[in-house]
Amino acid sequence: MLAYIMRRMLLAIPIAFGVSVVCFSLVYLAPGDPLSVILPADATQEMVAQIRHAYGFDRPLPVQYLFWLGHVLTGDFGMSIATRRPVILEVTGALSNTFMLTSFAVPLAFGLGYAMGALAGCFPGRAVDRLVTGAAVVGVSLPNYWLGIVLVIIFAVEFMALPATGMGPKGSAQFSLLRWSDAQYMILPVVTLALIPVGIIARTTRAAVAEVLNLDFVTTLRAKGLSEIAVIRHVLKNSAPQVLAVMGLQFGYLMGGSILIETVFTWPGSGFMLSKAIINRDIPVLQGTILFLSMIFVATNLVVDLLQSMIDPRIRRS
Amino acid sequence: MNAEPIPAISAQQIAGTAFGHDEALVEVRDLTVRFVTRETTVHAVNGVNFSVRPGEVLCILGESGSGKSVTLRAMMRLLPPRRTRIEGSIAIDGQDVLALDKRALGELRGGLVSMIFQEPMTALDPVYTIGTQIAETVLRHKGGSRAAARARALELLELVKIPEAARRLDNYPHELSGGLRQRAMIAMALSCGPRLLLADEPTTALDATVQIQVLILLRRLQRELGMGTIFVTHDLGVAAEIADRIAVMYAGRIVEEGPVADVLRAPLHPYTQGLLASTVHGQSRERDIEAIPGSPPDLRRLAAGCAFAPRCGLVQSECHAAMPEPRYTAAGRMARCVRITQAALAAAE
Repeated sequence: MLAYIMRRMLLAIPIAFGVSVVCFSLVYLAPGDPLSVILPADATQEMVAQIRHAYGFDRPLPVQYLFWLGHVLTGDFGMSIATRRPVILEVTGALSNTFMLTSFAVPLAFGLGYAMGALAGCFPGRAVDRLVTGAAVVGVSLPNYWLGIVLVIIFAVEFMALPATGMGPKGSAQFSLLRWSDAQYMILPVVTLALIPVGIIARTTRAAVAEVLNLDFVTTLRAKGLSEIAVIRHVLKNSAPQVLAVMGLQFGYLMGGSILIETVFTWPGSGFMLSKAIINRDIPVLQGTILFLSMIFVATNLVVDLLQSMIDPRIRRS
Repeated sequence: MNAEPIPAISAQQIAGTAFGHDEALVEVRDLTVRFVTRETTVHAVNGVNFSVRPGEVLCILGESGSGKSVTLRAMMRLLPPRRTRIEGSIAIDGQDVLALDKRALGELRGGLVSMIFQEPMTALDPVYTIGTQIAETVLRHKGGSRAAARARALELLELVKIPEAARRLDNYPHELSGGLRQRAMIAMALSCGPRLLLADEPTTALDATVQIQVLILLRRLQRELGMGTIFVTHDLGVAAEIADRIAVMYAGRIVEEGPVADVLRAPLHPYTQGLLASTVHGQSRERDIEAIPGSPPDLRRLAAGCAFAPRCGLVQSECHAAMPEPRYTAAGRMARCVRITQAALAAAE
């Protein structure tokens, strides 16, 4: 097992490396010269050359990459073009705001989706299955930013029970979960965010449970005299690797902070920041955010892999 | 609980007296099993009668789709309840299986009656170790501590002659060879001292050499533990090896039954004769193997007459009228064929 963990972790390194190359090349993939944003429009040829040299753009690409990587590894992502603040502060601030939402949305969504899917999978073809499957299809098909707007209209405009957008009057810096006046701002975004993965998780769980329930060993378990609950416990453990795979992906997406939902609720998280950075051509912020999110994805995948192999030892062999 | 056997017709009374007067461990009477879907009904088992005494091995012989596995599964009520219609009666050790409630059924399964399946790879849970799966059964029926259940699991692995049993306890099914997996399966089935063992083609998925080893092991354990056993197979050689009595099934009915030597040496039913003729034992390589022409009937649309009639070389007009009732040439020696009277008379003369 230890060897497997080591191997998986070593395998993550080239992936992380590849991701960093892609992030680095964003500067060149994005249309337009990155310097044109900083330089005044009437800059002389000498000035351009000077700046180019100062930023190191006159050096060969691999050298630039290594310099960039060296900075990144020491936590220096450069300055945001829009705010003139260090990118690392911008990114960690936005990520922690998104994390606040996901830390509530994920248990809610995964719990609900898993419970619905497991219930439906245990009774395939029955009324509860049709109900869950129907609800999941609706959930998957509804555009969630639309749902967010509808929730705002209902709870913020009609009933005036919850605030519509933002993080409260004091902003994100002094936001406290323990104060209701702040915490109430989270409710609508959390609920909307949570509804994104419920459908897909319910469907995956349902399919996995129903599939395992049809396997031969389930008959063996019943033939042993186990109660239906004990049989279901076996089935759930067997279906867990498949469910975990989807949960890992969904967790990664949610950490990226749905751009649409954070925009609808003007929640200053990673998704909101990404959209701002794209509009402002704020390449350093874009680079930093994407690099962080990709690393979260890589780490989540690693954790899912390890969990899967702990549940199903057959995965370790490949 | 209803321990009263269903009143039997005269022919069955003959069958009942055939083995002296000891109490039967299993009494199956007029068992029918149908699988009902919206589109169609499959008549998988169509009126099956048999009994098994304690310690006796009954082999149910038949090809795929003859209803032998279904019969076995019906005896533990392992068929999907919503789609399955079971009629008739099944009594095991005096318990009316079809009338048991959930709790009593759980006690019966794995306790009084155990089952071994054909494919040990898929029949064992892949994400639990062998030891855990055996211990789980022990805990379910005998209670006690986890440590005690594990100790019992080790004993059982040693009983079924798994080498390095202590190490194997912590192996997952995929880490064992097919033969060892089936031994582990047998250990699990025996863990709570069942009085009846149901074996559903337990050697079919194994290599020929391993097959023999597992058969010998099963036969030895069955004798040592005195379990009544119903052994389902399509392999005449396996049946010859292990059976006391053979019941040949065709299209959901038992068409012939009798002591193993009688059935294999002097088969009465044309189907059994065909089965025996189509096996290979030492005839010359040049000779073609005789096969039974045609294929088994469609169980969704069974005709009125003898189900084997369309493939039978000895068919008479009488065969198409109705399925022949069981006919006995001796006590416990039965076949369902119209030709029996003539044959028996000829033998008597």
